[in-house]
Amino acid sequence: RLKNIVLGWNDLLCSKPMMVRDALNQAMDEELERDERVFLLGEEVAQYDGAYKVSRGLWKKYGDKRIIDTPITEMGFAGIAVGAAMAGLRPICEFMTFNFSMQAIDQIINSAAKTYYMSAGFQAVPIVFRGPNGASAGVAAQHSQCFAAWYAHCPGLKVVSPWNAEDAKGLLKSAIRDDNPVVFLENELMYGVPFEMSEESQSKDFTIPIGKAKVERQGTHVSLVSHSRYVSHCLDAAVVLAKEGIECEVINLRTIRPLDVECIETSVMKTNHLVTVEGGWPQFGVGAEICARIMEGPAFNYLDAPATRVTGVDIPMPYAKILEDNSLPQIKDIIFSVKKTLNV
Amino acid sequence: MKNMLTIISNALCRITGRNVGAQTVSELLIDLSEYVNVTSPPAVPALAQTQAQTQRQPPKPPPVSTRAPAAQLVSAQADQLDTPGTRAVVSRSFADFTSQATFDIKKCDVHRLEEGPPLKAELTREQGLRYYRIMQTVRRMELKADQLYKQKIIRGFCHLYDGQEACAVGIEAAINPSDHLITAYRAHGYTYTRGIAVKEILAELTGRRGGVAKGKGGSMHMYAPHFYGGNGIVGAQVPLGAGIALACQYQGNNQVCVALYGDGAANQGQLFESFNMAALWKLPCIFTCENNQYGMGTSVERASASTDYYKRGDFIPGIRVDGMDVLCVREAFKFAAEHCRSGKGPIVMELKTYRYHGHSMSDPGVSYRTREEIQEVRSKSDPITMLKERMLSNNMASVEEFKEIDIAIRKEVEEAAQYATSDPEPPLEELCNHIFSNDSPLEVRGTNPWARLKSVS
Repeated sequence: RLKNIVLGWNDLLCSKPMMVRDALNQAMDEELERDERVFLLGEEVAQYDGAYKVSRGLWKKYGDKRIIDTPITEMGFAGIAVGAAMAGLRPICEFMTFNFSMQAIDQIINSAAKTYYMSAGFQAVPIVFRGPNGASAGVAAQHSQCFAAWYAHCPGLKVVSPWNAEDAKGLLKSAIRDDNPVVFLENELMYGVPFEMSEESQSKDFTIPIGKAKVERQGTHVSLVSHSRYVSHCLDAAVVLAKEGIECEVINLRTIRPLDVECIETSVMKTNHLVTVEGGWPQFGVGAEICARIMEGPAFNYLDAPATRVTGVDIPMPYAKILEDNSLPQIKDIIFSVKKTLNV
Repeated sequence: MKNMLTIISNALCRITGRNVGAQTVSELLIDLSEYVNVTSPPAVPALAQTQAQTQRQPPKPPPVSTRAPAAQLVSAQADQLDTPGTRAVVSRSFADFTSQATFDIKKCDVHRLEEGPPLKAELTREQGLRYYRIMQTVRRMELKADQLYKQKIIRGFCHLYDGQEACAVGIEAAINPSDHLITAYRAHGYTYTRGIAVKEILAELTGRRGGVAKGKGGSMHMYAPHFYGGNGIVGAQVPLGAGIALACQYQGNNQVCVALYGDGAANQGQLFESFNMAALWKLPCIFTCENNQYGMGTSVERASASTDYYKRGDFIPGIRVDGMDVLCVREAFKFAAEHCRSGKGPIVMELKTYRYHGHSMSDPGVSYRTREEIQEVRSKSDPITMLKERMLSNNMASVEEFKEIDIAIRKEVEEAAQYATSDPEPPLEELCNHIFSNDSPLEVRGTNPWARLKSVS
């Protein structure tokens, strides 16, 4: 009997690890079940179970009406999704990768993002655009771009970038329930990574608020601010740096727009040093925005050194592995930048 | 009495342009005897006798549209004859007019259809007056916008719809208010037919708080229930329209969506993407090309390898319609709506129409077409004149009535313009509002870091 009690407690405290793709799947499944206006459309989302298997099993469960395979016509189906949102449905529009969203970007910005404002609050557009963003592995220049900065530039959009499975589930549920256009930037390399899920994330009403960052690791010497896959890199770098006595505070942005500047400011006012880490290109990027905002706010006076940005290399993504590896931030680049910033 | 008959006869000749004999006049007086009090000394006893005998129906109330704010169509008019002692109070008797007539309409070219819309259209007096009133309102509203633009009270883009009225009015006559409609930037006419008052349209053009989008949208971004604008990017509204149709199908509400575009947009790739998906999924979407012969300054022959826009849907059936004839448009769209509602999938319509103005107010519209061409369309194919002549020649209404309608419309548009020029601009406090729907208030960065502006939903 004691054994049963212990096992029971064990189940309660440690939930099974879940991969990011399954967390996304669960989020969509729960929201499809909760609200019949929600539906998913995109290439291969239905009968193929999703190009990256994120929508596995959903077509079997919900059928043709709610899980729709589209032809390879992004501008057309993104526009159709936006129109459906205007007329009362709540579409999830999947781009096989966000590189293809460029073909549809007019519909995302001009038809979705701006409409609530142009109509002075008359016409809402409750839509989620989701899909893998940024670099993958060996897919070269046209399939590796990070669109965080492009979409986060535009008023009227919310831009979300989850890191782990819990982020993925909670943020996607929030995005689907949001009455506004949300660009949901996933990461293909994270799809197969398992994470522990908290107790509360098991609930069908578990959501993570959009616009709030999370401190993943407390620290005192430097604030490492990142999003998506590079949060892992920051945490790994923090482990290495801790051995040398440098305690990094790692912030997982979770949302790019609206940016949780207060969380960053609070951290910087504590650590006095800021290093941003992202996969996208340096110019006019997420890190650039963070630096500008810190300068304009109260945290500037607490900086003991200029803020540093760690970014992808300012080139189209090459193919050869050695070149690709050296086009993106590695853990050693983060460690190097932290030490430079701390002048150690 | 003979004097009075002559006077009335002459007046009627002037008004109708026809030869009105005295016999007709005395018959008319008999009809009017219920309302005409003839008290001149040589009063004809015959009139007094017939007063009791004739049975007259009371006048029907003036037809009033339930959609747009009602303009007073008919008013009683006092008219004093010269002959001393004679006083006549005349009001219209509607009983004399034909209440319904059937008109031949042009045969539509069809593509992939066994049969097309009917060759005859029935028109009731009430409908005719309503279509006339709505078309004339759009016409005068657009001309007023032209005026205000030239006075620099309207700025930016202004794409006028005069000449194309039969399209908007014919479509609206064929569909239900619960159906959906989306168009491009030449949208003022549709904003009106979909239910927004003239003054709210003009106030939006002048950028005032009383505008339909509170001054934040402007000419190309006006919205109404089941009307999705007003879209500035050429062709982008077509996939949106297909998406609205998808929502109709999804919700099983038996509604259709009319997705309009111009001859210039007809070559856009996203249209063909929309055609493909709409046909695949049998979406209840009526894709409609308003072919006014010119995409800005480029004539259709110079832009399109095929100018048979009704065939461009390829595997989708298509109909080419005389877009200057409101009845032709109406019948074609009744046909199209039925096609979609019966689950047959989308259909492509081409409305051959014409715009009198240039592409926009920045375009005089005569560098790529001749004034003669414009004048010819005006004199031979004007949609409002065509309807009016049809009704007059079939005795469905009087010239007087049309004049009255015109006067009422002029007044309405004038008052709307007054409102649009005197209403205040939107308050600066609302600059950042309406970024997000149903969200908590947020802070918006202004032009400098110290400008922290507030935004509410």
